[in-house]
Amino acid sequence: MIEFIQHLVNGLSLGSIYALIALGYTMVFGILQLINFAHGDVYMLGAFIGMYTSRLLHLDQNPSFGALCIALLAAMIGCAVVGFLIERIAYRPLRKSPRINLLITAVGVSLFIEFSGQLLFGADPKFFPQIFQIHQEFSYGELKINPLQMMVLLISVILMVVLQTIIYKSRWGRAMRAASFSHDLASLMGIPTDRVISFTFMLGSALAGAAGVLVGLIYPKIEPLMGVMPGLKAFVAAVLGGIGNVTGAVVGALLLGLSETFLVGYGYPTFRDALAFALLILILLFRPNGLFGSKRTDKV
Amino acid sequence: MKPVRFGFKTLWPWLAALVAVVIMHFVLTDRLDAYFFTILMYAGINAILASSLNLVSGFTGQFSMGHAGFMSVGGYFSAYITTVVLASHADLFADPVLAPLVFGGILVASGLVSAGMGYLVGLPSLRLKGDYLAIVTLGFGEIIRVVVLNVDTIGGARGMAGIPALSSFAWVYGTLVITLFVVWRLIHSQQGRAFLAVREDEIAAEAMGVNTTSAKVRAFATGAFFAGVAGALFAHYLRYLNPATFDFNRSFEVIIMVVLGGMGSLTGSVVAAIFLTILKELLRPLQELTRLDFRMVIYSVLLIVLMLNRPNGLFGTREVSDFFRKKRKGAAS
Repeated sequence: MIEFIQHLVNGLSLGSIYALIALGYTMVFGILQLINFAHGDVYMLGAFIGMYTSRLLHLDQNPSFGALCIALLAAMIGCAVVGFLIERIAYRPLRKSPRINLLITAVGVSLFIEFSGQLLFGADPKFFPQIFQIHQEFSYGELKINPLQMMVLLISVILMVVLQTIIYKSRWGRAMRAASFSHDLASLMGIPTDRVISFTFMLGSALAGAAGVLVGLIYPKIEPLMGVMPGLKAFVAAVLGGIGNVTGAVVGALLLGLSETFLVGYGYPTFRDALAFALLILILLFRPNGLFGSKRTDKV
Repeated sequence: MKPVRFGFKTLWPWLAALVAVVIMHFVLTDRLDAYFFTILMYAGINAILASSLNLVSGFTGQFSMGHAGFMSVGGYFSAYITTVVLASHADLFADPVLAPLVFGGILVASGLVSAGMGYLVGLPSLRLKGDYLAIVTLGFGEIIRVVVLNVDTIGGARGMAGIPALSSFAWVYGTLVITLFVVWRLIHSQQGRAFLAVREDEIAAEAMGVNTTSAKVRAFATGAFFAGVAGALFAHYLRYLNPATFDFNRSFEVIIMVVLGGMGSLTGSVVAAIFLTILKELLRPLQELTRLDFRMVIYSVLLIVLMLNRPNGLFGTREVSDFFRKKRKGAAS
């Protein structure tokens, strides 16, 4: 039972990191019908921005919640700028092109970030500085919970609540939902669609940047190719929840994080990376719209 | 695209190409410098990969990122047959009559295994509209790599060594001619019309009675077939296989060949495959000098710039034969 709860907490914190990435995927897909392959690499950049900010400001000398907030903010702003640039330079000129061209460009952007990251940061793993520590462990009998994981979970939940508020309560959020319904109709109603799309990219990228810093807290080894697998898994999570659906992405990511941790915890660590893809094929076979997705009909 | 009738008039260039390959085989083998010969062989194998991927991406409009995975399936399957199953029949490969027959059979078999995999992977993802194939094939490539790493009979992480050298110039370029012929015939047939229709507009194609899922899966499985054959040729030329040979970067190389040459142009695929194979060798000294891997950065920038400024690649959808045809028309008028 103790072991079970331990896995549960691990799974939830892993799942919440996937969720932050998956949200960006699902929002961009909702508005552009594009799988933004570069999204996982934005998450990698977030981790590196967090690391360099911490080094520059010597945040690891007095680890505190404030230090963590500074690193988080820096990564989120940096990634928002990167997200904006990616959309502006690579995706916007192709808005009227065939879908396959957009997809190929997305793959190109992703590889560009990965390999220029290797040139820039070096291919070897870097150590993410400890900018936040709690010495005291939550323990209840034999059950010990790593406080960092609780922190990750807490921050993710806060960010998701903020996102939910933006999407459902603000003018920009309403514009995003309108644009994802139909670009043409939205622009007829006076919504600046291009700017809304930029905003969506920035929002999604900021969340991915936050995920990068949070993952640096619990798994402090970061490298330029670290975004590939989490990126793909977050996409699977988004499909699992119904791509384009914000709540679905969170639920899908938590489910994926949990099932992965339980798989590893109960003895099948080699199949960890295969699980996500097996799940993806199963969903595509039996429930292609995901758990929460509604069926889209194609209109001519 | 105009229909092409099947007959001697359209067949003779292909037969001539096959004859030329056989002649070249006897001229070049053992006479050309070993380094250049290796580049030539890789260029041929890459051209097979690129033209088969072009059938999927260029002519049917489906984006696959797992060509290296299928190559790996074909390569490992054929290597398993020749080094493990037929280990005690090594004299078979010395026999001048039987060896080509056996190797030809193995090539077809590895293509079929690979196509079967393609069918299994393609069906769930191609049934849907949208770009799920890209992610699923990417995942498939990863899964294949993990599986190969964990199976000890085919070498695991050590790689598989001691594969007999059965590929030759004639095998590689003969297969290339056959691949080009099959893809060319296919896209000018009724089946191919369905492929092109799916590329142009999936909904309209469906409305016209094309079974879009079946068309996509057929194109994809055919592409996987030739990728498997290319993998088998590669395995029996290099004589060593390693799971890292078939990583995502390999798939990406093939994608960039197709895009650079022009999605929908077989000529383009062949030209781009040869060009990029040579470019890779030219970049090697630079890479050794700086100890940095510039190649992938160059490729990715090339891909983005191509998509933004010249999405049709070098050739667009034109072929070599179009240039001849235009000339003839000009002479008549």
